[in-house]
Amino acid sequence: MEGNLNALTTIFTEFYYWVTIVMMFLIHVGFCMYEVGVSRRRNHLKTLMKNAMAIPLVTITFYFFGWWIYFGFPNGPGITGGLVTAPFAEPWNPLMGTHLSGVNPGETGVTPTDAALWHRLNGVFWGAFLLFSITTASIISGSIIERVRSGAFWIVAVLVGSVLWILDASWGWHPQGWMVKLWGYHDAYASGVVHAIAGGAALAFLIVLGPRIGKFRADGTARDIPPHNVWLVTIGLFLIFTGFWGFYAACNIPLISPATIAGQITGETWTATNIYLAPTTLSAITFNFLMSLSGGMLAGYIVSKGDPFWTFSMGLCGVISTSAGNDLYHPIQALLIGAIVPTICYKLHYFVERRFKIDDAVGAVAVHGYGGFLGVVVAGFMLWGQPSSPYEGFAHINPLGNFAGAVLMFVLGFAPTFVVCKILNSMNLLRVPAKVELEGVDFALNHAFEASVREVGAAEKAMIK
Amino acid sequence: MSTNGMESWALDLKDVGAIYPFQGSEVVMVIIGLVFWIGWHVLQTRHESAEIEADMAADRTGEETRKAIDRH
Repeated sequence: MEGNLNALTTIFTEFYYWVTIVMMFLIHVGFCMYEVGVSRRRNHLKTLMKNAMAIPLVTITFYFFGWWIYFGFPNGPGITGGLVTAPFAEPWNPLMGTHLSGVNPGETGVTPTDAALWHRLNGVFWGAFLLFSITTASIISGSIIERVRSGAFWIVAVLVGSVLWILDASWGWHPQGWMVKLWGYHDAYASGVVHAIAGGAALAFLIVLGPRIGKFRADGTARDIPPHNVWLVTIGLFLIFTGFWGFYAACNIPLISPATIAGQITGETWTATNIYLAPTTLSAITFNFLMSLSGGMLAGYIVSKGDPFWTFSMGLCGVISTSAGNDLYHPIQALLIGAIVPTICYKLHYFVERRFKIDDAVGAVAVHGYGGFLGVVVAGFMLWGQPSSPYEGFAHINPLGNFAGAVLMFVLGFAPTFVVCKILNSMNLLRVPAKVELEGVDFALNHAFEASVREVGAAEKAMIK
Repeated sequence: MSTNGMESWALDLKDVGAIYPFQGSEVVMVIIGLVFWIGWHVLQTRHESAEIEADMAADRTGEETRKAIDRH
């Protein structure tokens, strides 16, 4: 019976994560629609492909090294210990493929214990984390449209999606991460580890890249460059909201016994937990997800005077700004934080645009970067003194730990991206020339399309009798 | 003979590990995969540079560009 219960738990967990992966794919459908909707007609195809090709590139690199980084680096290394061995996450390990839990004769690198645990869970855990990775990379994509070289973005997408974010996840979003142990860092649904780091990277990219031609008037004030299709933008954001249900569910472990956690929880009550293995429920995050989304949309509607783009974006920002603590907040707290933080982010977006001439085409730095940063900071105050982990000896959640963590996340996204963009810029690989930007980055594709239409049209007309 | 060493399912699954073909060649497969990835970036960069060069030589009068701008 115990064996069957364990098998059922494993297979349930496997199916649970598989469903979250499917749901999270909607985030990327949404991102593509959103970006294409914002871009002008002469840039549609490259905008679409720039975002879409981040999916295969981050996928293969997350297979090659991203997954291993998560398990290898929770101690820093060098802060709370050394590099952790994680053979099941190495790309050449048999558990990184189709596996049935035993150990074949001559199969190297697989222990019976690893095989029993990982044969069904490795692929779905990897897939769920991968979808977080692609999301983190995609966040940058929208802000740099219409003048960036796609190849430059794809290099940064691999850097952020398969290295930087998963490194910070290993530090601050892992049951044994050093930030959790020493700082009491709490960021259950990734305000910092996904959104702040992506926002920091996007800001660095934008600083080096520069604004689109025509964005700023001669006197330095900003022009509005309206989305070519607001309807497509809002449907895209709706799909991102939908996919975020999968994102939230994937941040939980659905079913686990206190004995398996092996922490300080007593009794025999099985529970869902957050990524730190601290108890929570899907109900808690359902309350708080919806209330924070509502707070953001309600505030967004007022602040932006009913602008669809910002109303929807601030709804997303509402969720992001409460994600750090949405396992523990009261729904009305989530509502209020989800209204106040996005309002600050909206104001910050226009302040930074005006003051520093940053042309963020989709407001990604504000929605994800500032929203994620402030969300982590707020959680440090709101959850002050609560346990960060079920294990003994971990620091409790506190404002300083979360503030330092938020800074670390933002800077970890910003600094390496800035350096890589500078290098790409020095090689003329970052931005298209001004003439091509004016023609539209789809110029060659549109020409080929129109030539084909003319040719086939002429051939068909010649057949008319 | 089979590519994964299995010729029948008449066995206890707890004794079966990996079932993909050509087990033992994982390191080689990873190396091939890494070369594929890096090679893709190299080819893509070349294609993109060539396309930009062609775009720079096109529409000398600016007429098509003006039309494209008007379409927003």
